[in-house]
Amino acid sequence: MIAQKEAPPAGPSGGAPQETFVLNLGPQHPAAHGVLRILMTMDGEWITRAEPVIGYIHRMHEKMGENRTWAKFLPNTSRIDYLSAMHYTHAFVGAVERAAKIEVPARAEYIRVITSELNRIASHMVWWGALLSDLGGLTPFLYAFDDRELILDLFEGICGARLTYCYYRFGGLCNDVDDDFLKGARAFVKHMPPRLKMYRDLVTDNIILRKRLTGIGPISADMCRRYGATGPVIRGAGVAYDVRKVEPYSAYPQFDFKIPVYPECDSMARYLVRMDEMEQSLRIVEQALDSLPAGPVMGKVPRVLKLPPGDYSYAVEAARGRFMVRIVSDGKDIPYRVRLRTPSFSNLSLFEEASRGMILPDALAMLGSLDLVIPDIDR
Amino acid sequence: MSPTIDQICGRFTELLGQAAAAAPQDGAAPAAGPVRRTDHSQKGCDLDVIVSPLQVAAAAEILDREGFGLDAVTGVDWLAQGEMEVVYDYFHPVAPLRVTIRARVPRAEPELPTISAVFPGANWHERETHDFFGIRFLGHPNLTPLLLPEDADYHPLRKDYKP
Repeated sequence: MIAQKEAPPAGPSGGAPQETFVLNLGPQHPAAHGVLRILMTMDGEWITRAEPVIGYIHRMHEKMGENRTWAKFLPNTSRIDYLSAMHYTHAFVGAVERAAKIEVPARAEYIRVITSELNRIASHMVWWGALLSDLGGLTPFLYAFDDRELILDLFEGICGARLTYCYYRFGGLCNDVDDDFLKGARAFVKHMPPRLKMYRDLVTDNIILRKRLTGIGPISADMCRRYGATGPVIRGAGVAYDVRKVEPYSAYPQFDFKIPVYPECDSMARYLVRMDEMEQSLRIVEQALDSLPAGPVMGKVPRVLKLPPGDYSYAVEAARGRFMVRIVSDGKDIPYRVRLRTPSFSNLSLFEEASRGMILPDALAMLGSLDLVIPDIDR
Repeated sequence: MSPTIDQICGRFTELLGQAAAAAPQDGAAPAAGPVRRTDHSQKGCDLDVIVSPLQVAAAAEILDREGFGLDAVTGVDWLAQGEMEVVYDYFHPVAPLRVTIRARVPRAEPELPTISAVFPGANWHERETHDFFGIRFLGHPNLTPLLLPEDADYHPLRKDYKP
């Protein structure tokens, strides 16, 4: 005998029944930024529980790290967060240089800072365009990609790649920058401020955007700490945590820049942090171009690289937050263990708690304000 | 507001000392090692603490009280020694301090308590470590595959893993 299913309780005034239903968002939903899937238990338009289901683009980079030499793993690092490739390569070469005690020439460190900051601007532009297209405005995407193209052209000129740069090497860089790059970078620093002002007039001060983001998706400083969320997410919660200042690396201590912080904890605060960060990155690039030292771009590196046994970690401030590489060496020319701690993983892990009780369109706006890159989560 | 490295060192010396005093004849638990200060420019962290597997949650509570954030949880398979190491990384949002906590579990019985009740961010990190190494986190609310397929019964980062 088939058990009779109990009828759900009727809603107020005898209307639609009061019960929850499961909404499956993704893994190919246009608002899900790649292959992210979220299982949402909905009470009408309200989310009672939203569980991210990840792993659809898992490639096991950490295993790949264990079956090739240190140098051969280098190209992998730019394929984890492909929008922030310079920073990721920086963390891996930094960890190896720290372990092998390789000295990096000053010129190489300055160029690393210049390219990292340009990469941060390019990454923030993709975020900006994607967030706004999530919110229903497609035009800003085209403006952002127009400006981002200038950076990609510069990078193509120095390392041949437009996205997955493998420009940094243990001990320095694979190429010195040429005059075209230096001229182009200077032109870009001049070109951007009026564009950022236009972004502000066109989008940031727009009443519809403000209403979609202000007060939406609160993420407190304590929640960031408990989940390990970093980058613009924690800085939008009033905490001036930035690896470039807390654990200074490369040539960053040489430059004068501010860490933009907004205490409101909402999606708008995270938005404004990134918009201000682009201005600060331009300041760093300009200072580095002004004081770029002459000299070689490659230090002395042994032909066969074997690291002393032990474990070493190196963290950088990537566009999405703290990216850390932890390497374990057993003295051979192949890593014993490579651990990649990615910011998007931690930033998404708080979504279940943060989205509880929100309505669906607000949760999608919050998702956009987290700036997720799915391969960065899944590795 | 922000703790100093001396304070953190003191807390851990206290934790390890107390445990040694409370269970002196407990031979089964692996010996807890010393609290080591490390040079950040050489290692990338400031304090390296080895605890026994049963102390990982107590260590997490100490760091939680001092305002640390969870950076990552991961494993290392030491096949030759027959042990697996679980490594917990912590950062501080205000103080320039990085702390690493380590615990070793036997390879044959890789189990230790979860810290996800203290740091909810550990939930996913522990699921991932379970995926890759087969380390079981006791008391974890949902120790199911996170990155591997839902029917995965292999642990690819074990050193004896054959695809």
